[in-house]
Amino acid sequence: MAETILFYVFALGVLFAGFQVVWQRNPLHAALSLVAAFFFLAGIYVLLSAHLIAVLQVMVYAGAVMVLFVFVIMLLNLKDEELGQTTFTAWKVIGSSAIVITLAVAGFTIHTTLSKVYVGPVRDLAREQAVGGFGGLKAVGSALYLHSVLPFEITSLLLLVAIVGAVIVAKGKI
Amino acid sequence: MSLTQIGPHHYLILAAALFAMGALGVVLRRNALIVLMSIELMLNAVNLTFLTFSRFPLVPRSPMQGGFLSGHAAVFFVIAVAAAEAAVGLAIVIAVFRSRISVNVDEFDSLKH
Repeated sequence: MAETILFYVFALGVLFAGFQVVWQRNPLHAALSLVAAFFFLAGIYVLLSAHLIAVLQVMVYAGAVMVLFVFVIMLLNLKDEELGQTTFTAWKVIGSSAIVITLAVAGFTIHTTLSKVYVGPVRDLAREQAVGGFGGLKAVGSALYLHSVLPFEITSLLLLVAIVGAVIVAKGKI
Repeated sequence: MSLTQIGPHHYLILAAALFAMGALGVVLRRNALIVLMSIELMLNAVNLTFLTFSRFPLVPRSPMQGGFLSGHAAVFFVIAVAAAEAAVGLAIVIAVFRSRISVNVDEFDSLKH
């Protein structure tokens, strides 16, 4: 029962904060809504018993990525008139209603397809592998280090390239 | 699917809604910073799908060597790539802002002509 209540609280939080990200005119307000969305999503991840990923979500997204966004917003220091007015053009209305309709169709398709695919009782690995610490540091770490060592190392290379690339692109003169 | 018993359906429909919201932001907003934020939302929706299928698997045995927890490993990589993407994307926004004094994506049309 607690899971049900928490899921709806977190899900509504995610959807509301996500809507605010898209809706807010001021990028700083959007960035703060994005922090809220990331925290609510971390809650959803805990409900999925992905504890390690929830902690990483808070550290990397709500910590590092958000600091980067807020820092860039401060750096650009956009004036109010540079933000432009919220305008409703015909294309915007058509586009957003197309996406809403697509979402409704997708939700219906997901529901019907899953009802066909998940026949019988749904397997819940969090319950099956609770002894092995499903989603915890040890279990995910062994999946990561025993079977995905090469991608893991390539990720470190990717981050290095991103650091160097970001500095070179953003800096005017080297 | 029942409303009170939370199962894979709930998480997947939430992920679809979040992805649609991110897509809406990418399509509708002109501010490059908010477009980048919407991309982050879409990446998070994908992560949510990975984690859902990792906890509620459809097949009896995982095709991956690491078992079903390789879904969590995939999410780890997506988070790393998203961080790199945010860093490089924001650097590009700064570089373009320096020459155009604008973050409006409609004005970034040099490659169009």
